[in-house]
Amino acid sequence: MAGAPAPGRSGEAAARAARIRRNWLLAAPALLLLLLAASGPLLVVVVYSVLEPAEYSGVVWELSGEGWFRVLFHRDIFDETVGLADAHLTIFWRSASISLLTTIITLLLGFPTAYFIATRPPRQRTLWLFLVTIPFWTNLLIRTFAIMEVVRNQGILNSWAMAAGIIETPIQILYTDTAVLIGMVYVYLPLMVLPLYAAMERLDFRLVEAAYDLYASRWRVLTRVIVPLVKPGIVAGSILVFIPSLGAYVTPRVLGGGKNMMISNLIELQFGEGRNWPLGAALSMTLLAFVMLALLFYVRNMSRLERRG
Amino acid sequence: MAEPALQPTPGRRFAVRRIPGFATIAAVSFVLLYAPIATLVAYAFNAGDSIALWEGFSLRWFAVAWGNELVQEATVRSLVVAASASAVATAVATMAALGTTRTAPFPGGMLIYALINQPLMVPEIVTAVALLIVFAMVKIATGYSGLGYLIAAHAAFCVPFAYLPIRARLEGMDLSYETAAADLYATPWQTFRRITLPLMSPGIVAGSMLAFVISLDDVVITEFVKSAGQDTLPTYMLGQLRRAVTPEVNAISTALLAVTVLLLSAFFVLNRQRR
Repeated sequence: MAGAPAPGRSGEAAARAARIRRNWLLAAPALLLLLLAASGPLLVVVVYSVLEPAEYSGVVWELSGEGWFRVLFHRDIFDETVGLADAHLTIFWRSASISLLTTIITLLLGFPTAYFIATRPPRQRTLWLFLVTIPFWTNLLIRTFAIMEVVRNQGILNSWAMAAGIIETPIQILYTDTAVLIGMVYVYLPLMVLPLYAAMERLDFRLVEAAYDLYASRWRVLTRVIVPLVKPGIVAGSILVFIPSLGAYVTPRVLGGGKNMMISNLIELQFGEGRNWPLGAALSMTLLAFVMLALLFYVRNMSRLERRG
Repeated sequence: MAEPALQPTPGRRFAVRRIPGFATIAAVSFVLLYAPIATLVAYAFNAGDSIALWEGFSLRWFAVAWGNELVQEATVRSLVVAASASAVATAVATMAALGTTRTAPFPGGMLIYALINQPLMVPEIVTAVALLIVFAMVKIATGYSGLGYLIAAHAAFCVPFAYLPIRARLEGMDLSYETAAADLYATPWQTFRRITLPLMSPGIVAGSMLAFVISLDDVVITEFVKSAGQDTLPTYMLGQLRRAVTPEVNAISTALLAVTVLLLSAFFVLNRQRR
Protein backbone atom coordinates (compact mmCIF):
# COMPACT_ATOMS: atom_id res chain seq x y z
CA MET A 1 0.00 0.00 0.00
CA ALA A 2 1.19 3.54 -0.74
CA GLY A 3 2.59 5.58 2.12
CA ALA A 4 2.10 9.33 2.22
CA PRO A 5 0.14 10.45 -0.84
CA ALA A 6 2.13 12.44 -3.36
CA PRO A 7 1.29 16.19 -3.35
CA GLY A 8 -0.90 17.29 -6.22
CA ARG A 9 -2.69 14.00 -6.67
CA SER A 10 -3.36 13.86 -2.95
CA GLY A 11 -7.15 14.20 -3.23
CA GLU A 12 -7.48 11.20 -5.49
CA ALA A 13 -4.99 9.13 -3.51
CA ALA A 14 -6.70 10.00 -0.23
CA ALA A 15 -10.06 8.96 -1.66
CA ARG A 16 -8.55 5.68 -2.80
CA ALA A 17 -6.96 5.08 0.59
CA ALA A 18 -10.27 5.85 2.31
CA ARG A 19 -12.08 3.40 0.05
CA ILE A 20 -9.56 0.65 0.77
CA ARG A 21 -9.84 1.34 4.50
CA ARG A 22 -13.65 1.22 4.29
CA ASN A 23 -13.56 -2.12 2.44
CA TRP A 24 -11.20 -3.70 4.95
CA LEU A 25 -13.19 -2.33 7.91
CA LEU A 26 -16.40 -3.81 6.51
CA ALA A 27 -14.75 -7.18 5.99
CA ALA A 28 -12.99 -7.11 9.37
CA PRO A 29 -15.70 -8.76 11.55
CA ALA A 30 -16.04 -11.68 9.13
CA LEU A 31 -12.28 -12.08 8.92
CA LEU A 32 -11.93 -11.94 12.69
CA LEU A 33 -14.56 -14.65 13.14
CA LEU A 34 -12.91 -16.85 10.53
CA LEU A 35 -9.44 -16.33 11.96
CA LEU A 36 -10.68 -17.26 15.44
CA ALA A 37 -12.80 -20.27 14.55
CA ALA A 38 -11.63 -21.56 11.16
CA SER A 39 -8.34 -20.47 9.61
CA GLY A 40 -6.35 -19.65 12.74
CA PRO A 41 -6.87 -23.04 14.41
CA LEU A 42 -5.49 -24.70 11.26
CA LEU A 43 -2.12 -23.15 12.04
CA VAL A 44 -2.28 -24.65 15.53
CA VAL A 45 -2.75 -28.07 13.93
CA VAL A 46 0.47 -27.53 11.97
CA VAL A 47 2.28 -26.78 15.24
CA TYR A 48 0.77 -29.80 16.99
CA SER A 49 1.91 -32.11 14.21
CA VAL A 50 5.56 -31.53 15.14
CA LEU A 51 5.20 -31.97 18.91
CA GLU A 52 5.67 -34.95 21.21
CA PRO A 53 2.45 -36.86 22.11
CA ALA A 54 1.51 -36.75 25.79
CA GLU A 55 0.79 -40.05 27.48
CA TYR A 56 -3.00 -39.89 27.57
CA SER A 57 -4.04 -37.08 25.29
CA GLY A 58 -2.75 -33.73 24.20
CA VAL A 59 0.90 -32.91 23.62
CA VAL A 60 4.19 -32.29 25.34
CA TRP A 61 5.73 -29.04 24.12
CA GLU A 62 8.85 -30.62 22.62
CA LEU A 63 9.73 -30.71 18.96
CA SER A 64 9.38 -34.15 17.38
CA GLY A 65 9.10 -35.61 13.91
CA GLU A 66 7.37 -38.69 15.25
CA GLY A 67 3.87 -37.56 14.27
CA TRP A 68 4.77 -37.18 10.60
CA PHE A 69 6.99 -40.29 10.69
CA ARG A 70 4.07 -42.37 11.89
CA VAL A 71 1.83 -41.31 9.02
CA LEU A 72 3.61 -43.81 6.77
CA PHE A 73 5.89 -45.82 9.04
CA HIS A 74 5.53 -48.01 12.03
CA ARG A 75 8.07 -48.58 14.79
CA ASP A 76 7.96 -51.84 16.66
CA ILE A 77 7.45 -51.36 20.41
CA PHE A 78 9.91 -54.07 21.37
CA ASP A 79 12.86 -54.07 19.00
CA GLU A 80 12.45 -50.60 17.46
CA THR A 81 12.50 -51.98 13.91
CA VAL A 82 10.96 -49.68 11.35
CA GLY A 83 8.42 -50.87 8.83
CA LEU A 84 5.66 -49.41 6.67
CA ALA A 85 2.46 -48.73 8.59
CA ASP A 86 0.30 -51.25 6.73
CA ALA A 87 -2.89 -50.30 8.55
CA HIS A 88 -2.48 -46.68 7.46
CA LEU A 89 -1.63 -47.62 3.88
CA THR A 90 -4.75 -49.79 3.71
CA ILE A 91 -6.86 -46.86 4.91
CA PHE A 92 -5.24 -44.42 2.45
CA TRP A 93 -5.82 -46.89 -0.37
CA ARG A 94 -9.44 -47.42 0.69
CA SER A 95 -10.03 -43.65 0.86
CA ALA A 96 -8.49 -43.07 -2.56
CA SER A 97 -10.20 -45.99 -4.30
CA ILE A 98 -13.63 -45.42 -2.77
CA SER A 99 -13.44 -41.70 -3.61
CA LEU A 100 -12.39 -42.44 -7.18
CA LEU A 101 -15.08 -45.10 -7.65
CA THR A 102 -17.67 -42.75 -6.15
CA THR A 103 -16.64 -40.07 -8.64
CA ILE A 104 -16.82 -42.45 -11.60
CA ILE A 105 -20.17 -44.00 -10.65
CA THR A 106 -21.79 -40.64 -9.87
CA LEU A 107 -20.50 -39.36 -13.22
CA LEU A 108 -21.97 -42.36 -15.08
CA LEU A 109 -25.31 -41.84 -13.35
CA GLY A 110 -25.20 -38.06 -13.16
CA PHE A 111 -24.28 -37.28 -16.76
CA PRO A 112 -27.41 -38.84 -18.30
CA THR A 113 -29.53 -37.44 -15.47
CA ALA A 114 -28.26 -33.90 -15.98
CA TYR A 115 -28.68 -34.30 -19.74
CA PHE A 116 -32.22 -35.52 -19.24
CA ILE A 117 -33.07 -32.48 -17.10
CA ALA A 118 -31.37 -30.05 -19.49
CA THR A 119 -33.39 -31.37 -22.44
CA ARG A 120 -36.78 -30.96 -20.73
CA PRO A 121 -38.91 -27.94 -21.68
CA PRO A 122 -37.73 -24.95 -19.57
CA ARG A 123 -40.76 -24.93 -17.26
CA GLN A 124 -40.29 -28.61 -16.32
CA ARG A 125 -36.57 -28.17 -15.67
CA THR A 126 -37.10 -26.21 -12.47
CA LEU A 127 -39.19 -29.03 -11.04
CA TRP A 128 -36.65 -31.76 -11.93
CA LEU A 129 -33.87 -29.60 -10.57
CA PHE A 130 -35.81 -29.08 -7.36
CA LEU A 131 -36.08 -32.88 -7.07
CA VAL A 132 -32.28 -33.11 -7.21
CA THR A 133 -31.88 -30.24 -4.76
CA ILE A 134 -34.04 -31.73 -1.99
CA PRO A 135 -31.74 -34.72 -1.31
CA PHE A 136 -28.78 -32.34 -1.66
CA TRP A 137 -29.99 -30.21 1.24
CA THR A 138 -31.25 -33.11 3.31
CA ASN A 139 -29.11 -33.83 6.33
CA LEU A 140 -26.19 -36.07 5.37
CA LEU A 141 -26.75 -38.18 8.46
CA ILE A 142 -30.39 -38.79 7.54
CA ARG A 143 -29.41 -39.86 4.03
CA THR A 144 -26.71 -42.18 5.34
CA PHE A 145 -29.17 -43.59 7.81
CA ALA A 146 -31.67 -44.19 4.98
CA ILE A 147 -29.04 -46.17 3.05
CA MET A 148 -28.22 -48.11 6.20
CA GLU A 149 -31.83 -49.26 6.40
CA VAL A 150 -31.76 -50.28 2.75
CA VAL A 151 -28.61 -52.42 2.87
CA ARG A 152 -28.92 -54.03 6.30
CA ASN A 153 -29.54 -57.77 6.50
CA GLN A 154 -33.25 -57.31 7.22
CA GLY A 155 -33.40 -54.29 4.91
CA ILE A 156 -35.44 -53.93 1.74
CA LEU A 157 -32.57 -54.87 -0.60
CA ASN A 158 -32.04 -58.25 1.04
CA SER A 159 -35.73 -58.96 1.69
CA TRP A 160 -36.66 -58.19 -1.91
CA ALA A 161 -33.81 -60.25 -3.31
CA MET A 162 -34.85 -63.12 -1.03
CA ALA A 163 -38.53 -62.78 -1.96
CA ALA A 164 -37.57 -62.79 -5.62
CA GLY A 165 -35.57 -65.96 -5.07
CA ILE A 166 -32.25 -64.44 -6.16
CA ILE A 167 -30.57 -65.27 -2.86
CA GLU A 168 -31.51 -67.63 -0.05
CA THR A 169 -29.84 -66.01 2.91
CA PRO A 170 -29.22 -62.28 3.37
CA ILE A 171 -25.91 -61.01 2.01
CA GLN A 172 -23.88 -59.04 4.52
CA ILE A 173 -23.55 -55.62 2.86
CA LEU A 174 -23.71 -53.31 5.88
CA TYR A 175 -20.30 -52.72 7.48
CA THR A 176 -18.40 -53.54 4.27
CA ASP A 177 -16.59 -51.34 1.75
CA THR A 178 -19.50 -51.95 -0.63
CA ALA A 179 -21.91 -50.37 1.83
CA VAL A 180 -19.62 -47.35 2.17
CA LEU A 181 -19.40 -47.04 -1.62
CA ILE A 182 -23.18 -47.31 -2.07
CA GLY A 183 -23.67 -44.71 0.63
CA MET A 184 -21.13 -42.31 -0.87
CA VAL A 185 -22.64 -42.60 -4.37
CA TYR A 186 -26.07 -41.94 -2.90
CA VAL A 187 -24.93 -39.02 -0.78
CA TYR A 188 -22.82 -37.27 -3.44
CA LEU A 189 -24.90 -37.89 -6.61
CA PRO A 190 -26.66 -34.47 -6.40
CA LEU A 191 -23.24 -32.77 -6.16
CA MET A 192 -22.40 -34.29 -9.55
CA VAL A 193 -25.73 -33.55 -11.24
CA LEU A 194 -25.94 -29.85 -10.33
CA PRO A 195 -22.69 -28.57 -12.00
CA LEU A 196 -23.23 -30.92 -14.96
CA TYR A 197 -26.68 -29.47 -15.42
CA ALA A 198 -25.33 -25.92 -15.23
CA ALA A 199 -22.94 -26.73 -18.09
CA MET A 200 -25.54 -28.58 -20.17
CA GLU A 201 -28.16 -25.89 -19.82
CA ARG A 202 -25.90 -23.60 -21.86
CA LEU A 203 -25.21 -26.28 -24.47
CA ASP A 204 -25.91 -24.97 -27.97
CA PHE A 205 -27.94 -27.72 -29.60
CA ARG A 206 -27.40 -26.21 -33.04
CA LEU A 207 -23.91 -27.67 -32.84
CA VAL A 208 -25.41 -31.09 -32.11
CA GLU A 209 -27.76 -30.66 -35.05
CA ALA A 210 -24.86 -29.65 -37.29
CA ALA A 211 -22.99 -32.79 -36.32
CA TYR A 212 -25.98 -34.96 -37.22
CA ASP A 213 -26.32 -33.11 -40.52
CA LEU A 214 -22.73 -34.08 -41.21
CA TYR A 215 -23.66 -37.75 -40.73
CA ALA A 216 -22.16 -38.22 -37.27
CA SER A 217 -23.52 -41.20 -35.37
CA ARG A 218 -25.18 -40.72 -31.97
CA TRP A 219 -22.10 -42.06 -30.22
CA ARG A 220 -19.81 -39.72 -32.12
CA VAL A 221 -22.03 -36.74 -31.37
CA LEU A 222 -21.95 -37.65 -27.70
CA THR A 223 -18.19 -38.17 -27.47
CA ARG A 224 -17.00 -35.58 -29.97
CA VAL A 225 -19.51 -32.75 -29.52
CA ILE A 226 -21.47 -32.93 -26.27
CA VAL A 227 -18.78 -34.21 -23.90
CA PRO A 228 -16.11 -31.68 -25.00
CA LEU A 229 -18.62 -28.83 -24.77
CA VAL A 230 -19.70 -29.68 -21.22
CA LYS A 231 -16.20 -30.62 -20.04
CA PRO A 232 -16.04 -27.75 -17.49
CA GLY A 233 -19.16 -29.22 -15.89
CA ILE A 234 -17.62 -32.70 -15.84
CA VAL A 235 -14.45 -31.42 -14.18
CA ALA A 236 -16.38 -29.29 -11.67
CA GLY A 237 -18.73 -32.14 -10.76
CA SER A 238 -15.89 -34.65 -10.39
CA ILE A 239 -13.95 -32.32 -8.10
CA LEU A 240 -17.06 -31.47 -6.09
CA VAL A 241 -17.63 -35.18 -5.50
CA PHE A 242 -14.01 -36.31 -5.11
CA ILE A 243 -12.97 -33.74 -2.49
CA PRO A 244 -15.73 -34.34 0.05
CA SER A 245 -15.46 -38.09 -0.59
CA LEU A 246 -11.80 -38.01 0.38
CA GLY A 247 -12.66 -36.28 3.66
CA ALA A 248 -15.90 -38.20 4.30
CA TYR A 249 -16.48 -38.98 7.96
CA VAL A 250 -20.15 -39.72 8.66
CA THR A 251 -20.81 -42.18 5.82
CA PRO A 252 -17.81 -44.49 6.45
CA ARG A 253 -18.41 -44.29 10.20
CA VAL A 254 -22.07 -45.31 9.99
CA LEU A 255 -21.90 -47.74 7.06
CA GLY A 256 -18.35 -49.05 7.55
CA GLY A 257 -19.07 -49.86 11.16
CA GLY A 258 -15.74 -48.91 12.71
CA LYS A 259 -13.46 -51.31 10.88
CA ASN A 260 -13.80 -50.04 7.31
CA MET A 261 -12.21 -46.71 8.13
CA MET A 262 -11.34 -43.87 5.80
CA ILE A 263 -8.79 -41.10 6.50
CA SER A 264 -11.22 -38.98 8.55
CA ASN A 265 -12.04 -41.90 10.84
CA LEU A 266 -8.34 -42.62 11.30
CA ILE A 267 -7.82 -38.98 12.28
CA GLU A 268 -10.66 -39.17 14.79
CA LEU A 269 -9.16 -42.34 16.25
CA GLN A 270 -5.92 -40.50 17.05
CA PHE A 271 -7.82 -37.89 19.04
CA GLY A 272 -9.87 -40.56 20.80
CA GLU A 273 -8.72 -44.05 21.64
CA GLY A 274 -5.43 -43.72 19.73
CA ARG A 275 -4.35 -40.87 22.01
CA ASN A 276 -1.78 -39.61 19.55
CA TRP A 277 -2.62 -36.00 18.82
CA PRO A 278 0.54 -35.20 16.81
CA LEU A 279 -0.12 -38.16 14.51
CA GLY A 280 -3.74 -37.04 14.17
CA ALA A 281 -2.56 -33.51 13.36
CA ALA A 282 -0.07 -34.81 10.77
CA LEU A 283 -2.78 -36.98 9.20
CA SER A 284 -5.10 -33.95 9.05
CA MET A 285 -2.43 -31.94 7.26
CA THR A 286 -1.86 -34.85 4.85
CA LEU A 287 -5.57 -34.94 4.02
CA LEU A 288 -5.61 -31.16 3.60
CA ALA A 289 -2.59 -31.36 1.27
CA PHE A 290 -4.35 -33.91 -0.95
CA VAL A 291 -7.47 -31.77 -1.08
CA MET A 292 -5.41 -28.70 -2.00
CA LEU A 293 -3.68 -30.72 -4.76
CA ALA A 294 -7.07 -31.72 -6.16
CA LEU A 295 -8.19 -28.08 -6.07
CA LEU A 296 -5.00 -26.95 -7.78
CA PHE A 297 -5.55 -29.53 -10.49
CA TYR A 298 -9.08 -28.18 -10.89
CA VAL A 299 -8.02 -24.53 -11.11
CA ARG A 300 -5.30 -25.32 -13.68
CA ASN A 301 -7.67 -27.44 -15.73
CA MET A 302 -10.31 -24.72 -15.67
CA SER A 303 -7.98 -21.95 -16.75
CA ARG A 304 -6.70 -24.16 -19.57
CA LEU A 305 -10.26 -24.92 -20.69
CA GLU A 306 -11.12 -21.23 -20.55
CA ARG A 307 -8.10 -20.24 -22.62
CA ARG A 308 -8.99 -22.80 -25.23
CA GLY A 309 -12.70 -22.01 -25.30
CA MET B 1 -41.03 -40.55 -20.33
CA ALA B 2 -42.30 -38.00 -22.81
CA GLU B 3 -40.31 -37.24 -25.90
CA PRO B 4 -38.58 -33.87 -25.51
CA ALA B 5 -40.44 -31.21 -27.39
CA LEU B 6 -38.55 -29.89 -30.37
CA GLN B 7 -39.53 -26.27 -30.73
CA PRO B 8 -37.40 -25.06 -33.66
CA THR B 9 -38.43 -27.48 -36.40
CA PRO B 10 -41.94 -28.83 -35.92
CA GLY B 11 -42.84 -31.87 -37.92
CA ARG B 12 -39.31 -33.13 -37.90
CA ARG B 13 -39.02 -36.79 -36.94
CA PHE B 14 -35.44 -37.01 -35.79
CA ALA B 15 -35.08 -35.96 -32.13
CA VAL B 16 -31.76 -34.13 -32.03
CA ARG B 17 -31.68 -33.93 -28.26
CA ARG B 18 -32.55 -37.52 -27.54
CA ILE B 19 -29.84 -39.99 -26.58
CA PRO B 20 -31.16 -43.54 -26.19
CA GLY B 21 -30.87 -44.90 -22.67
CA PHE B 22 -30.29 -41.57 -20.98
CA ALA B 23 -33.89 -41.19 -19.85
CA THR B 24 -33.75 -44.69 -18.34
CA ILE B 25 -30.56 -43.91 -16.41
CA ALA B 26 -32.12 -40.63 -15.27
CA ALA B 27 -35.13 -42.59 -14.01
CA VAL B 28 -32.78 -44.96 -12.16
CA SER B 29 -31.03 -41.95 -10.57
CA PHE B 30 -34.26 -40.44 -9.33
CA VAL B 31 -35.46 -43.77 -7.93
CA LEU B 32 -32.07 -44.18 -6.27
CA LEU B 33 -32.31 -40.68 -4.78
CA TYR B 34 -35.80 -41.09 -3.41
CA ALA B 35 -36.33 -44.77 -2.58
CA PRO B 36 -34.14 -44.76 0.56
CA ILE B 37 -35.66 -41.53 1.87
CA ALA B 38 -39.15 -42.82 1.10
CA THR B 39 -38.44 -46.03 3.05
CA LEU B 40 -37.06 -44.04 5.95
CA VAL B 41 -40.14 -41.83 6.08
CA ALA B 42 -42.51 -44.79 5.67
CA TYR B 43 -41.07 -46.67 8.64
CA ALA B 44 -41.35 -43.58 10.80
CA PHE B 45 -45.08 -44.37 10.71
CA ASN B 46 -44.63 -48.04 11.59
CA ALA B 47 -46.69 -49.30 14.50
CA GLY B 48 -44.16 -52.00 15.39
CA ASP B 49 -40.69 -51.78 16.92
CA SER B 50 -38.88 -52.68 13.73
CA ILE B 51 -37.46 -50.59 10.91
CA ALA B 52 -37.79 -53.55 8.55
CA LEU B 53 -41.09 -55.24 9.39
CA TRP B 54 -44.25 -53.26 8.62
CA GLU B 55 -46.90 -53.68 11.31
CA GLY B 56 -49.41 -51.02 10.38
CA PHE B 57 -49.72 -47.25 10.43
CA SER B 58 -49.24 -45.30 13.64
CA LEU B 59 -47.92 -41.99 14.90
CA ARG B 60 -46.55 -43.78 17.94
CA TRP B 61 -42.88 -43.04 17.26
CA PHE B 62 -43.48 -39.35 16.72
CA ALA B 63 -45.11 -39.30 20.15
CA VAL B 64 -42.17 -41.24 21.61
CA ALA B 65 -39.65 -38.82 20.08
CA TRP B 66 -41.73 -35.81 21.15
CA GLY B 67 -41.84 -37.10 24.73
CA ASN B 68 -38.13 -37.96 24.87
CA GLU B 69 -36.46 -35.39 27.08
CA LEU B 70 -33.07 -35.86 25.41
CA VAL B 71 -34.62 -35.24 22.00
CA GLN B 72 -36.38 -32.13 23.28
CA GLU B 73 -33.17 -30.72 24.71
CA ALA B 74 -31.18 -31.56 21.58
CA THR B 75 -33.85 -29.94 19.40
CA VAL B 76 -33.87 -26.74 21.42
CA ARG B 77 -30.06 -26.69 21.42
CA SER B 78 -29.93 -27.27 17.65
CA LEU B 79 -32.35 -24.41 17.06
CA VAL B 80 -30.56 -22.04 19.44
CA VAL B 81 -27.18 -22.77 17.86
CA ALA B 82 -28.51 -22.56 14.30
CA ALA B 83 -30.39 -19.30 14.94
CA SER B 84 -27.46 -17.61 16.72
CA ALA B 85 -24.85 -18.86 14.26
CA SER B 86 -26.99 -17.84 11.31
CA ALA B 87 -27.58 -14.38 12.79
CA VAL B 88 -23.87 -13.79 13.46
CA ALA B 89 -22.78 -15.23 10.10
CA THR B 90 -25.36 -13.18 8.20
CA ALA B 91 -24.41 -9.95 9.97
CA VAL B 92 -20.68 -10.25 9.30
CA ALA B 93 -21.28 -11.63 5.79
CA THR B 94 -23.52 -8.68 4.90
CA MET B 95 -20.82 -6.23 5.94
CA ALA B 96 -18.15 -8.22 4.12
CA ALA B 97 -20.29 -8.34 0.98
CA LEU B 98 -20.74 -4.55 1.12
CA GLY B 99 -16.98 -4.18 1.43
CA THR B 100 -16.04 -6.53 -1.38
CA THR B 101 -18.61 -5.89 -4.13
CA ARG B 102 -19.21 -2.88 -6.35
CA THR B 103 -15.71 -1.63 -5.68
CA ALA B 104 -12.65 -1.48 -7.91
CA PRO B 105 -10.07 -4.21 -7.20
CA PHE B 106 -8.15 -3.22 -4.08
CA PRO B 107 -5.08 -4.55 -2.27
CA GLY B 108 -5.99 -7.66 -0.33
CA GLY B 109 -9.37 -8.04 -2.00
CA MET B 110 -8.55 -11.50 -3.28
CA LEU B 111 -7.17 -12.47 0.13
CA ILE B 112 -10.43 -11.47 1.82
CA TYR B 113 -12.39 -13.46 -0.74
CA ALA B 114 -10.17 -16.52 -0.25
CA LEU B 115 -10.42 -16.32 3.56
CA ILE B 116 -14.20 -16.00 3.49
CA ASN B 117 -14.50 -19.07 1.25
CA GLN B 118 -11.88 -21.06 3.12
CA PRO B 119 -14.42 -23.19 5.06
CA LEU B 120 -15.73 -24.50 1.72
CA MET B 121 -12.31 -25.87 0.78
CA VAL B 122 -10.95 -27.38 3.99
CA PRO B 123 -12.33 -30.85 4.86
CA GLU B 124 -14.67 -30.64 7.81
CA ILE B 125 -12.71 -33.18 9.83
CA VAL B 126 -9.59 -30.99 9.65
CA THR B 127 -11.46 -27.92 10.90
CA ALA B 128 -13.10 -30.08 13.57
CA VAL B 129 -9.76 -31.35 14.85
CA ALA B 130 -8.29 -27.84 14.76
CA LEU B 131 -11.20 -26.47 16.80
CA LEU B 132 -10.98 -29.37 19.24
CA ILE B 133 -7.36 -28.46 19.97
CA VAL B 134 -7.87 -24.70 20.20
CA PHE B 135 -11.11 -24.78 22.18
CA ALA B 136 -9.61 -27.31 24.60
CA MET B 137 -6.90 -24.74 25.38
CA VAL B 138 -9.43 -21.90 25.67
CA LYS B 139 -11.66 -24.00 27.94
CA ILE B 140 -8.78 -24.64 30.33
CA ALA B 141 -7.67 -21.02 30.23
CA THR B 142 -11.11 -19.45 30.77
CA GLY B 143 -13.13 -22.19 32.47
CA TYR B 144 -16.06 -21.36 30.19
CA SER B 145 -17.66 -24.42 28.57
CA GLY B 146 -21.03 -23.14 27.35
CA LEU B 147 -22.69 -23.12 23.96
CA GLY B 148 -20.48 -20.22 22.83
CA TYR B 149 -17.91 -22.53 21.26
CA LEU B 150 -20.51 -24.32 19.16
CA ILE B 151 -22.07 -21.03 18.07
CA ALA B 152 -18.68 -19.54 17.14
CA ALA B 153 -17.67 -22.66 15.20
CA HIS B 154 -21.00 -22.84 13.37
CA ALA B 155 -21.03 -19.11 12.63
CA ALA B 156 -17.55 -19.37 11.10
CA PHE B 157 -18.32 -22.20 8.67
CA CYS B 158 -21.67 -20.61 7.79
CA VAL B 159 -20.05 -17.32 6.68
CA PRO B 160 -19.46 -18.36 3.04
CA PHE B 161 -23.01 -19.74 2.75
CA ALA B 162 -24.44 -16.43 3.96
CA TYR B 163 -21.93 -14.36 1.97
CA LEU B 164 -22.38 -15.86 -1.50
CA PRO B 165 -26.13 -15.15 -1.98
CA ILE B 166 -25.76 -11.62 -0.53
CA ARG B 167 -22.82 -10.93 -2.82
CA ALA B 168 -24.73 -12.28 -5.82
CA ARG B 169 -27.66 -10.03 -4.97
CA LEU B 170 -25.47 -6.95 -4.57
CA GLU B 171 -23.69 -7.58 -7.86
CA GLY B 172 -26.98 -7.80 -9.71
CA MET B 173 -28.33 -4.59 -8.16
CA ASP B 174 -29.00 -1.47 -10.17
CA LEU B 175 -26.80 1.42 -8.99
CA SER B 176 -29.11 4.11 -10.33
CA TYR B 177 -31.45 4.18 -7.29
CA GLU B 178 -28.57 4.92 -4.99
CA THR B 179 -27.17 7.54 -7.37
CA ALA B 180 -30.62 9.12 -7.51
CA ALA B 181 -30.87 9.16 -3.70
CA ALA B 182 -27.49 10.85 -3.46
CA ASP B 183 -28.56 13.37 -6.10
CA LEU B 184 -31.57 14.17 -3.93
CA TYR B 185 -29.27 15.07 -1.03
CA ALA B 186 -29.70 11.88 0.98
CA THR B 187 -26.83 11.30 3.39
CA PRO B 188 -24.81 8.11 2.79
CA TRP B 189 -26.48 6.55 5.82
CA GLN B 190 -29.98 7.48 4.61
CA THR B 191 -29.16 6.04 1.19
CA PHE B 192 -27.97 2.83 2.77
CA ARG B 193 -30.88 2.54 5.19
CA ARG B 194 -33.64 3.45 2.75
CA ILE B 195 -32.33 2.19 -0.60
CA THR B 196 -29.43 -0.27 -0.39
CA LEU B 197 -30.61 -2.34 2.55
CA PRO B 198 -34.18 -2.92 1.30
CA LEU B 199 -32.88 -3.76 -2.17
CA MET B 200 -30.39 -6.31 -0.86
CA SER B 201 -32.76 -7.85 1.69
CA PRO B 202 -33.77 -10.86 -0.47
CA GLY B 203 -30.09 -11.81 -0.59
CA ILE B 204 -29.80 -11.40 3.17
CA VAL B 205 -32.90 -13.55 3.78
CA ALA B 206 -31.62 -16.23 1.39
CA GLY B 207 -28.15 -16.17 2.95
CA SER B 208 -29.45 -16.45 6.50
CA MET B 209 -31.72 -19.34 5.54
CA LEU B 210 -28.85 -21.22 3.92
CA ALA B 211 -26.68 -20.60 6.96
CA PHE B 212 -29.48 -21.84 9.23
CA VAL B 213 -29.91 -25.09 7.29
CA ILE B 214 -26.15 -25.67 7.09
CA SER B 215 -25.78 -25.17 10.84
CA LEU B 216 -28.78 -27.39 11.59
CA ASP B 217 -27.26 -30.19 9.48
CA ASP B 218 -23.76 -30.15 10.85
CA VAL B 219 -22.46 -33.35 12.40
CA VAL B 220 -18.68 -33.48 12.20
CA ILE B 221 -17.63 -30.14 13.68
CA THR B 222 -20.35 -30.32 16.35
CA GLU B 223 -19.23 -33.82 17.33
CA PHE B 224 -15.70 -32.56 18.04
CA VAL B 225 -16.52 -29.15 19.53
CA LYS B 226 -19.42 -29.98 21.86
CA SER B 227 -18.79 -30.42 25.56
CA ALA B 228 -20.38 -33.28 27.44
CA GLY B 229 -24.18 -33.03 27.40
CA GLN B 230 -24.24 -30.60 24.48
CA ASP B 231 -25.71 -32.91 21.87
CA THR B 232 -27.48 -31.30 18.94
CA LEU B 233 -30.13 -33.28 17.11
CA PRO B 234 -27.70 -34.73 14.51
CA THR B 235 -25.06 -35.77 17.06
CA TYR B 236 -27.80 -37.25 19.25
CA MET B 237 -28.95 -39.32 16.27
CA LEU B 238 -25.40 -40.37 15.48
CA GLY B 239 -25.05 -41.61 19.05
CA GLN B 240 -28.33 -43.51 18.79
CA LEU B 241 -27.18 -45.38 15.68
CA ARG B 242 -24.71 -47.34 17.79
CA ARG B 243 -27.55 -48.84 19.79
CA ALA B 244 -30.49 -50.89 18.63
CA VAL B 245 -32.32 -48.74 16.15
CA THR B 246 -36.05 -48.16 16.57
CA PRO B 247 -38.35 -46.13 14.31
CA GLU B 248 -37.84 -43.24 16.75
CA VAL B 249 -34.78 -42.18 14.76
CA ASN B 250 -36.91 -42.40 11.61
CA ALA B 251 -39.50 -40.14 13.20
CA ILE B 252 -36.86 -37.53 14.16
CA SER B 253 -35.35 -37.75 10.66
CA THR B 254 -38.76 -37.30 9.07
CA ALA B 255 -39.45 -34.21 11.17
CA LEU B 256 -36.04 -32.71 10.26
CA LEU B 257 -36.64 -33.59 6.63
CA ALA B 258 -39.97 -31.77 6.72
CA VAL B 259 -38.28 -28.64 8.11
CA THR B 260 -35.62 -28.77 5.37
CA VAL B 261 -38.16 -29.21 2.58
CA LEU B 262 -40.28 -26.35 3.93
CA LEU B 263 -37.32 -23.97 4.20
CA LEU B 264 -36.08 -25.00 0.78
CA SER B 265 -39.48 -24.48 -0.84
CA ALA B 266 -39.66 -21.03 0.74
CA PHE B 267 -36.17 -20.31 -0.59
CA PHE B 268 -37.19 -21.33 -4.12
CA VAL B 269 -40.38 -19.27 -4.00
CA LEU B 270 -38.42 -16.23 -2.77
CA ASN B 271 -35.92 -16.72 -5.56
CA ARG B 272 -38.61 -16.99 -8.20
CA GLN B 273 -40.47 -13.87 -7.08
CA ARG B 274 -37.27 -11.90 -7.35
CA ARG B 275 -36.88 -12.57 -11.05
